[in-house]
Amino acid sequence: MYRSHVLVCGGTGCTSSGSERIIAALEHEIQENGLTEEIKVIKTGCFGLCALGPIMIVYPEGAFYSMVKPEDIPEIVSEHLLKGRIVTRLLYQETVQEDTVKSLNHTQFYAKQKRVALKNCGVIDPENINEYIGLNGYMALGKVLTEMTPEQVIQTIKDSGLRGRGGGGFPTGTKWSFAAAQPAGQKYVCCNADEGDPGAFMDRSVLEGDPHVVLEAMAIAGYAIGANQGYIYVRAEYPIAVKRLEIAIGQARENGLLGKDILGTGFDFDIELRLGAGAFVCGEETALMTSIEGRRGEPRPRPPFPAVKGLFERPTVLNNVETYANIPQIILNGADWFASMGTEKSKGTKVFALGGKINNTGLVEVPMGTTLREIVEEIGGGIPNGKKFKAAQTGGPSGGCIPASLIDIPVDYDNLISIGSMMGSGGLIVMDEDTCMVDIAKFFLEFTVDESCGKCTPCRIGTKRLLEILDKITKGKGTLEDLDKMEELCYHIKANSLCGLGQSAPNPVLSTLKYFRDEYVAHIVDKKCPAGVCKALLNFTIDPEKCRGCTLCARACPADAISGSVKQPHVIDPAKCLKCGACMEKCKFGAIYKK
Amino acid sequence: MATTISAVPFNGTKEQEEKLIALIAAHKGQRGALMPVLQGAQEIYGYLPIEVQKLVAQHLEVPLEEVYGVSTFYSQFTLNPKGKYKISVCLGTACYVKGSGDVFAKLGECLGIEGGECTSDGKFSLEACRCIGACGLAPVMTINDDVYGRLVADDIPGILAKYAE
Repeated sequence: MYRSHVLVCGGTGCTSSGSERIIAALEHEIQENGLTEEIKVIKTGCFGLCALGPIMIVYPEGAFYSMVKPEDIPEIVSEHLLKGRIVTRLLYQETVQEDTVKSLNHTQFYAKQKRVALKNCGVIDPENINEYIGLNGYMALGKVLTEMTPEQVIQTIKDSGLRGRGGGGFPTGTKWSFAAAQPAGQKYVCCNADEGDPGAFMDRSVLEGDPHVVLEAMAIAGYAIGANQGYIYVRAEYPIAVKRLEIAIGQARENGLLGKDILGTGFDFDIELRLGAGAFVCGEETALMTSIEGRRGEPRPRPPFPAVKGLFERPTVLNNVETYANIPQIILNGADWFASMGTEKSKGTKVFALGGKINNTGLVEVPMGTTLREIVEEIGGGIPNGKKFKAAQTGGPSGGCIPASLIDIPVDYDNLISIGSMMGSGGLIVMDEDTCMVDIAKFFLEFTVDESCGKCTPCRIGTKRLLEILDKITKGKGTLEDLDKMEELCYHIKANSLCGLGQSAPNPVLSTLKYFRDEYVAHIVDKKCPAGVCKALLNFTIDPEKCRGCTLCARACPADAISGSVKQPHVIDPAKCLKCGACMEKCKFGAIYKK
Repeated sequence: MATTISAVPFNGTKEQEEKLIALIAAHKGQRGALMPVLQGAQEIYGYLPIEVQKLVAQHLEVPLEEVYGVSTFYSQFTLNPKGKYKISVCLGTACYVKGSGDVFAKLGECLGIEGGECTSDGKFSLEACRCIGACGLAPVMTINDDVYGRLVADDIPGILAKYAE
């Protein structure tokens, strides 16, 4: 027995900010102080508050230390772990109260969250199967194998109202029933862990923090549809997730929870890992399966749907990581429990990756139907530097921008579609007044042009033409007719593309055109970028009131566009100016503006 | 699109070739073996020059055009060698709205190369990557296994100097 447990986040966010060094320093100090028998250090998955990483929590007190530095460790060990005095100075300030430490669940970031898919993330050691089992892990698999028929399993998932968390929102139970209805024979269960949307990292956090939940859920799916082989297709860019999955699969096999005759019930199920190689289109289900088959990951027309003819031409169920993470709890707690959360047509919770111009960057899980305002202003802690909220982008390159006027919309699948965006996998990027919406649309189109597999013409050529028009507009060479042309092109691409990538690629353009048309017009008619982003439309000027004539800017200018004598205000010649911004970076008096 | 034949002459060793052949033998008969084999081959050689693709095609008994097709489809596979220090700048959405585009441009300017290229001394290569998931530290770049976060363009010369030796 240990008298104290120190949980350090070992997710990618905190690892990047140096949590490995924190763990090494902790272990060293604990040994120096002779506490190895009393204190246990555990490397967990993501706590969610990535902005404040590296994060560590000391139990039983629940003291939440944020932005920990290796230099802080000797003090934390000798004061807190040895003498029992919490180092309040180093705590996450919101948890500090006069005489006690406030529970994490009462901080603004965590109070409105409801953790279902992330239940074990940041709580257990993901590399130790016993910790997962200790929190009812593999109980659902046991229950399914010994007490339920495959039909009952599928009915439970159907009744829960669970919909696919990868973006499309297709009812999971219905998907399973299609594959189950196919004649017996070789069938497959696949897990889509090819989280490609830039800015979305919830699946990675589940894999890193709670890998066994995915294995257990896949085995349950295998039992429900009559499959005995599973594949997890995971991005190679997620080395920590891959390593923990490998460990988890090994431990599950050793414990008889994967492999032959699971729990002595005669049910066989095993899982193989397949690594992606950096192709966004492989997040599309048919492309993903083609990639597992070892070929170019190009999608193919549907029907036949994967439930009929999927991987290696056999009936296949494919779900996303977060979808699987909900399954064991639905089995254990019942469909009604799950259906009691969320809105009428979107049940349960959704994990969002908050990023961009927001204070509490990180991972949050909220009941479906929580408003965007609650997510951004309360949980997310608002926009930094007193700037104004302009838009939130959901659904990655397939989604759209939600303007400030719709900030009170309850977030669920159908609401987001109705306003021209989509849930996507759950990336939520916040933008403030300094973000140019035309530039953002161009950014996403650059992404889709790059990632279009090239198989079908509307997507391959259509997105390229869209990007060219956007590029023209950001350079101040667009015309108002271009806007109509873009809209028409968008509808053709949506209607005629083969797979979800092309069908949703125009969404960033359509939604910004719908809600931020005035910005497009400003670029075209006034030749101005209101947010001051599009370089070709900016003019740099020196404020003569503030300029001290230090000559730094003139020396930094690569084009000799700045003139003036020492101690006299300088001027920029717009005809020579390359708009590189070097002068503005160098100016110590904030005298140079772009507008 | 990547170029077919790398400008840098191929200088694979006998040991590397033996390793590759052993790797292929271990995967033979497995369904969908080509991707894992190419991933392994890239680990052995650092990149996938046409010479390596030919070896894979020959020993795995798949047509070279299929090997080439797969090697050029996925962005992780590279037909050109990487620098000693591999710089990747995240151009995912979260990093982009926080200014990673400027960081990327500054790197290109300091190194005198564009994305996807390698400096002539083979020291630095520069590439843009998609979200690495460290959005809390945006904008982010990595140099080999070192992660640099909350960057501004002005940090770049100082960081590069650390690797200049």
